[in-house]
Amino acid sequence: MNQVAEECIALIAKQKSIPPEQIRLDSTFDELAVDSLDRVSLAFDIEEKYDIEIPEQKLGQIKTVNDMVSGIEEAVRQKSAGPEKANPSANA
Amino acid sequence: MTRVVITGAGCITPIGQDVASFAENLFAGHTGIREMQDRPADLHFTRAATVEDFRQQDWLNANQRQIAERSSAFAIAASRQAVQQSGLVTAYPGDSIAIIFGCSTGGRTTEDQESEKLYTRGGRIHPLTVPRVMASAGTSLVSMEHGITGPAFTITTACASGTHAIGLAFHMVRSGAVKAAVTGAHEAPLTYVFLKAWDSLHVVSPTACRPFAVDRDGMTLAEGAAIFAIEALDSAQSRGAEILAEIVGFGMSSDAHHITQPNPAGPAAAMQRALDDATASPGEVGYINAHGTGTVANDRVEADAIHRVFGERARTLAISSTKGLHGHAMGASGAMELLATVLAFRSNLLPANAGLAETLSQVDPTIHLDHILLQNKPASPSLVLSSSFAFGGLNAVLAVRRFEP
Repeated sequence: MNQVAEECIALIAKQKSIPPEQIRLDSTFDELAVDSLDRVSLAFDIEEKYDIEIPEQKLGQIKTVNDMVSGIEEAVRQKSAGPEKANPSANA
Repeated sequence: MTRVVITGAGCITPIGQDVASFAENLFAGHTGIREMQDRPADLHFTRAATVEDFRQQDWLNANQRQIAERSSAFAIAASRQAVQQSGLVTAYPGDSIAIIFGCSTGGRTTEDQESEKLYTRGGRIHPLTVPRVMASAGTSLVSMEHGITGPAFTITTACASGTHAIGLAFHMVRSGAVKAAVTGAHEAPLTYVFLKAWDSLHVVSPTACRPFAVDRDGMTLAEGAAIFAIEALDSAQSRGAEILAEIVGFGMSSDAHHITQPNPAGPAAAMQRALDDATASPGEVGYINAHGTGTVANDRVEADAIHRVFGERARTLAISSTKGLHGHAMGASGAMELLATVLAFRSNLLPANAGLAETLSQVDPTIHLDHILLQNKPASPSLVLSSSFAFGGLNAVLAVRRFEP
């Protein structure tokens, strides 16, 4: 398990007050009782921690811990690629 | 008509975080007004009545900890005490119980913190800011904890919020709209912006609040909560609940005069209407727990209003303000003062008008109230008033009786 995955599990464990051992990468948010308010709170914590922005549309597609990890990794990749590369038309 | 009694009380205040401690400090004259820790250097006052060492973790479960900011946490803690003492929630179905709280300032501690972050550093606002800041969050969180599904709402009428809330809850139980209610008020307003805003109004005491003193120089800001469980007398008796006092009247009025300056006609009308609602005469009143903020204007106008209602008897009527002990906790003050009033019945002791004897101040001779209590007075009045008069001229007065079956 990589560092991002471990951090996601730690954040969910804290948010839901459950032991991290109960959270697997394939655990769904429904199984973990992560509701809509939990989702926006988790997104906020992640965005602050990694200084990224997870697009609204992507946020709605995150259903499992694995989705959350890949969402973060993708946003971090896009950030390090820079705004020009991520969005070539930005300066056009 | 249904008689309405108080069967539970709870509090988180500058002079006690349970009713027993509140009572002990109330009658010992131990004030909760103290030098503010980490106070801003640019204020004209240094003291406030603060709730010291409030341990949220002792009161809130994991879910509540995420949502409840300080004001709501006070509501949760004080409500739990009142509900446990009364046994209200096990005695009635959830849909027959109301929750009516007063809260005038909402979730200031969260709003200030997030605003400071946004205005100085930019970026994001925490997604729980809205549910934390809304003034009705305390009502919602208490309803969820106890499964109370009847009418539930929050009243905001500045410094009369708590008294309006309790009065309305009393009327709802008396009318049969609900069988019982959890009611009172909670506030945690003491943020930098709030302190600065009050400082600008020049009504906060640079020393300490001493209501009705000739040299009074303003109010002392405070925080906290007091909450009550109330229900119909018949049901309370049939289930053997301990009865703390009976609420018998509630009067309201508006000055329609000025956004900060008080006017005696409004407070006088509210007192008279509370007596009318109780089908009582002024001559039956044995004590008034006054609004008594310690500002020059309030105390003068309140005295005038008392004279209008009580005539010559105003001079000898036992009166005190307890704000010299618990401070002025905005909407929560009226609820704390009702608690002091209930405890006066229980102890057969009227609480002193704190702040006068301690500072060797004299009662203002121009207000012609000659029985402001300089010390606790042993007495067992049958009927008392508890008054709250808010900025903007919104007035609320409760009439409370010693319980006699």
